[in-house]
Amino acid sequence: MNKNHRVPTNRSLSAVEVKSKFGAEFRRFSLDRSKPGKFDEFYGLLQHVHRIPNVEVLVGYADIHGDLLPINNDDNYHKAISTAIPLLRIFLQRKEEADYSAFGTDSLKRKKNVLATVLRADNNRKKPPLLISLPRDFRPVSSIIDVDILPETHRRVRLYKHGSEKPLGFYIRDGSSVRVTPQGLEKVPGIFISRMVPGGLADGTGLLAVNDEVLEVNGIEVSGKSLDQVTDMMIANSHNLIVTVKPANQRNNVVRHSRTSGSSGQSSDSSTSHYGYTVTPQIIQNFHPEEAESDEDNDIIIEGSGKPQQIPKASSASASLGSLTHSEPHFGSKQNGFSALSSSAGSLTAAGEIQGRESERRSTERANVEEEGTVITL
Amino acid sequence: MMKFRFRKQGNDPQREKIKQDLFAFNKTVEHGFPNQPSALAYDPKLRLMAIGTKSGAVKIYGAPGVEFTGLHKETATVTQMHFLPGQGRLLSLLDDNSLHLWEISLRDGSSHLEEIRSFTLPGRASFESANAPTSVTRVTVILLWTSCDVACVGTEGGGVHFLELPSLTLADSKPLFQDEIMQSVPEEYKCGKTLGPVESLQEHPQCPSKVLIGYSRGLVVLWDQSTRQVDNLFLGNQQLESLGWERSGKTFVSSHSDGGYMVWAVNSSNPRAQQPVTSTIPYGPFPCKAINKIQWRTSESGSPLVLFSGGMPRASYGDRHCVTVLQDKTQVTLDFTSRVIDFFTIYCTESEKEYDDPTALVVLLEEELVVIDLQTTGWPTIPCPYLAPLHSSAITCSYHISNVPTKLWERIVGAGQQQNPLQTHVKWPINGGKSLSPEPSQKGLLLTGHEDGTVRFWDASGVSLKPLYKLSTANIFQTDCDHNDSLTQQGEDEWPPFRKVGCFDPYSDDPRLGIQKIALCKYSGKLVVAGTAGQVLVMDPNDEKSDHMINMATLDLLQDREGFTWKGHDRLTPNNGPISFQPGFQPSILVQCMPPAAVTAVTLHPEWNLVAFGTSHGFGLFDYHRRNPVLARCTLHPNDSLAMEGPLSRVKSLKKSLRQSFRRIRKSRVSGKKRPVVNSPVSKVQEANAQLAEQAGPHDVEVAPVQRRIEPRSADDSLSGVVRCLCFADTYLRDGTHHGPTMWAGTNSGSVFAYALEVPSLEKFSEQCVEAVLGKEIQLMHRAPVVSIAVLDGRGNPLPEPYEVSRDLAKAPDMQGSHSVLIASEEQFKVFTLPKVSAKTKFKLTAHEGCRVRKVALVHFTSVSSEDYSENCLVCLTNLGDIHVFSVPGLRPQMRYDCVRKEDISGIASCVFTKAGQGFYLISPSEFERFSLSARVITEPLCTVEINRPHDSAAVSNNTSGSLQANGTHKVQSESCSLGDAEGVFEEIQAALSSPALDSPNSSADITLDTTADITVEDVKDFLVATEEAEKNLKNMSEEDPRSPGILIN
Repeated sequence: MNKNHRVPTNRSLSAVEVKSKFGAEFRRFSLDRSKPGKFDEFYGLLQHVHRIPNVEVLVGYADIHGDLLPINNDDNYHKAISTAIPLLRIFLQRKEEADYSAFGTDSLKRKKNVLATVLRADNNRKKPPLLISLPRDFRPVSSIIDVDILPETHRRVRLYKHGSEKPLGFYIRDGSSVRVTPQGLEKVPGIFISRMVPGGLADGTGLLAVNDEVLEVNGIEVSGKSLDQVTDMMIANSHNLIVTVKPANQRNNVVRHSRTSGSSGQSSDSSTSHYGYTVTPQIIQNFHPEEAESDEDNDIIIEGSGKPQQIPKASSASASLGSLTHSEPHFGSKQNGFSALSSSAGSLTAAGEIQGRESERRSTERANVEEEGTVITL
Repeated sequence: MMKFRFRKQGNDPQREKIKQDLFAFNKTVEHGFPNQPSALAYDPKLRLMAIGTKSGAVKIYGAPGVEFTGLHKETATVTQMHFLPGQGRLLSLLDDNSLHLWEISLRDGSSHLEEIRSFTLPGRASFESANAPTSVTRVTVILLWTSCDVACVGTEGGGVHFLELPSLTLADSKPLFQDEIMQSVPEEYKCGKTLGPVESLQEHPQCPSKVLIGYSRGLVVLWDQSTRQVDNLFLGNQQLESLGWERSGKTFVSSHSDGGYMVWAVNSSNPRAQQPVTSTIPYGPFPCKAINKIQWRTSESGSPLVLFSGGMPRASYGDRHCVTVLQDKTQVTLDFTSRVIDFFTIYCTESEKEYDDPTALVVLLEEELVVIDLQTTGWPTIPCPYLAPLHSSAITCSYHISNVPTKLWERIVGAGQQQNPLQTHVKWPINGGKSLSPEPSQKGLLLTGHEDGTVRFWDASGVSLKPLYKLSTANIFQTDCDHNDSLTQQGEDEWPPFRKVGCFDPYSDDPRLGIQKIALCKYSGKLVVAGTAGQVLVMDPNDEKSDHMINMATLDLLQDREGFTWKGHDRLTPNNGPISFQPGFQPSILVQCMPPAAVTAVTLHPEWNLVAFGTSHGFGLFDYHRRNPVLARCTLHPNDSLAMEGPLSRVKSLKKSLRQSFRRIRKSRVSGKKRPVVNSPVSKVQEANAQLAEQAGPHDVEVAPVQRRIEPRSADDSLSGVVRCLCFADTYLRDGTHHGPTMWAGTNSGSVFAYALEVPSLEKFSEQCVEAVLGKEIQLMHRAPVVSIAVLDGRGNPLPEPYEVSRDLAKAPDMQGSHSVLIASEEQFKVFTLPKVSAKTKFKLTAHEGCRVRKVALVHFTSVSSEDYSENCLVCLTNLGDIHVFSVPGLRPQMRYDCVRKEDISGIASCVFTKAGQGFYLISPSEFERFSLSARVITEPLCTVEINRPHDSAAVSNNTSGSLQANGTHKVQSESCSLGDAEGVFEEIQAALSSPALDSPNSSADITLDTTADITVEDVKDFLVATEEAEKNLKNMSEEDPRSPGILIN
């Protein structure tokens, strides 16, 4: 797994010079590159040096490409520290005055007045910008998986349910579908999606639609199971739901060119060529159910009256890592998110779109990504 | 690459053999009273009794342990049954007008009750019936000749047909139609009317060729079949209900729809009797209901007994279900709580004897069977050794204790005997057949809690479920009803002389008295009973009567949690002052949970003197020795408001209204029609028309399909705080070196609380207090309700019960190895290590099968071929009604059986498992089905009946060994195999044991993290196939690796 942390070996400087700007004020200080600490500590430090102890601020930094990127968790904080050559430029905005649109690709280069925007919070905007949440809130919502091994008429969709803000949000019903059997066409009972809850997770992905036939739930065929059984299976797997459907609308199917090559992992290359980047097969290979389970199924245990901690797996092969990799895969778990997205045939939700844009950006900067290494979850 | 496959059971033949020796599913016996009985028959020669039901079941009972069950293929009501005396054959009539002949026969070394023939009277019934109100050939009565070769069948059209037995074919002699009778009927009686259906056929007790035929209109004819002529005519004018001969054949008695009966003399000199000898309306002079059946039995000691059902004064007692026994001046009106289906008397049938001398009256009621001893003065009841009315008050919970020590058993039996001193000790009169079942080696006790606050103790060791003792908790509390309102206390001059008989009383006066949970320690005899209003009673057995005060304690489970107000029912008010208690279990302490919600879990540890209980609000721990509460913990979720509303209050009101409407129905004056025209063709036509009319409706109206919402469980579900299970265990909770008492509690929202207990040693018990410290809190990620918690010792066996080790009754648990805790939720099973709670094995049942766990138990299975080999397994009943067996602690699926229909929710909810692999569930409100999962422990009826069949090819008495099951598939046990075979089997077992079987629980060493998602054999294969890919992956990895030295950042 690529969860190892990479350290820029060519940098011998142990201290990072930091220049932090809040309003019109600058502060300069330095950090130990090898021991950057946590984001919370850094945030406290910033508040301290600017003497704004009770002001909620948004922290941004300028990366090597001149983009204004946010710092709001340990991961992007560490990334900012590790990529700062040699100066780390920090921009602080009051939360209530924050202009989220300032963040993004080429933001600093594209618009010279971005900084001005940041600084002059009261400037009147021409039109309300698209309200897009912070990258912190980005996480994979859905993905199409196993494109290479499934028939073209089928689609395997993975829905990620982190936390409980959004319901999965769809209904299923009994129905009948026609199958080709040795005896000819035969009507068989099947389970279908009957309704989508507007604003629900499933609705937002656009990957599931009304009248899609549900064929499998987390790898288990639903044929012969009752509606209630399938409901229970879906709810029991709701933390990490993988449904294989036969979409009612077959026009949006992924077209595979190398059909003759069978179901080898390599064939997925062609499917992803639409997006101008390649998927390394091992990502799909490595994407293993256990991994998915390890982050969804840890029961919480509280020792005595102490703090909650998650239960480590006892006999996990990577016992030492196991205890460290169990935390929620938010933005940091790019491993999952990235692979999922790269094999995704189009996640259409608002969040997904941004995610897609992000990943595209990242894929164009693949060299950078390679160099910088993947970010590790803690 | 997704591989979420159910692990394929390795087809390891050795393991398969072991599994065959351990597990076998059989439905063995049905205990209790048949649901909706509809017919009764008695064979005086074999002394067997048969009961038919509305669902078409036929059950034959003899001596305790002798039972036969059969089911008609047609699920139609059994309306009549008649034994062919002494032949082990039974003729049954269904309401679809078909006759069926049943036979107890020997086949494959075991005998079955099986249907051998069926017959329907040919007639034009189906053709012309559309306009005729009743079918002419509909059978109304059947008479079997004593010679057993002919059956007379009376029909609705008034004809009498003759059937040959046992071939069940129409006899050569032509049927007797009304025209033939009408020729001898005087003109003035005819009045141009028909005689109506045949109401009764009675064979002359002395002359076997003569039959007394009674027609509905009132005409009774004595017909001589040998000469085919009418001997006597009795010109009755009242609508006839039934007839009964006097033994000598000189007189007979007829009962009528006006509530009267008449005695007629058979006089050859007067072939046309106009008037009866006497005519009486016993409950007149006001209009009375019909006397449905009447019998006349002579006795040597004095005047004859007249027994009849019905005939009550319509206005005042029309709703009573009564049988009257009348002898000279003595009259008793037996007042039953449910409808009288039929009755018979057991009397001397030997023709040499001059008198009937009835010994017992057997009355089949809709809800119970009552037997009256007619020989003892006062006519007391005889307790039934079987057919116990389990549902005398609705069953609210059940609890089973295996292997009860003799000491406690005798105390319970003794207490039960003292409870019923009034009942006679006359031997059970229906004692045909011989039970071959071995005397049960262990005593099994089944406890049922009831809605009226009683706990009934049943002997569940053998085939017949015998009542042992009844414990009532109602007298502890003040309730609206006074409990001595029985009608027996009426004065002597009261008319009619009612005597309340039977124990079926479904109307609970205070639903709060209902028993919810029971826990019993079989060694100390400590009993904990918890009820609907949050009452927890700790009881001790006492062989003496006692008057004492009950210690009371109140425990607030809300623990000052704000924002909650209980809107449910009030607590029960205990009676003040000393209460007198009968010998048996006597309460010593009453702990009242506040708010008084129903107790949902209870457990007991008599060695530590602790009782733990939980409600929908939290759980508490009480030290009953020092009589002080140890712990109270609220489990409510802050958002959970429903818990406080007291949903029970709504249920209660519904129940109340139901009860009232039932009472109204009972009071209604509508007299039941004798023969409901169920399958009359007219109703069929109407039905069909109605269906057509329904279908004719607009076809394009879309019926909304059944939908299910896919919504993950959220934390703030209502009733998330309900405590589902509690358990005590001596295990390692704090660290791996010191073990000590612990208590575990699991809730509806997937939380588990583990407390370390400080229990002072016996010497210091009076000085020190018990203390509880919260040790662990586990929140299951899937938040499904926790159904059961059990602690396993170092060898993976469940911990023994309290006192078992200290009294050398069980092997001490392995305290050296690391303990683990098995937590079963509704969706998955998980084994966690102790004291560091980390997941060891798990099985996700719902995620794979889509079913939910309803009941679980740890069961000890012993191999059928070797007593030394046994396994502990987890047995689980799901909401689909199937039973899964899992190994412990490996949690590998072993077996799956279909047990209960999935629609039968009450059946699934009522299921209890025994420790040795049997189980019970309710198949109707009044019947427990016993089933067996173990191949070794099977309780089934094995019996013989001496049968004498003159028409058989072998006309000698044949000894039938019968083993019978209701609807289970049966496996012949391999116990009878020869010695050499047995040895071979044993060797196989040994071999299987020595080699570590793949999914044997003994090989728990190689258990991987997940039974489902880990690398199964199939997965390995896949990897082998995809070697190229794997290599490529490896290459990729190795290419990346040098550039990415792993570093951990803190």
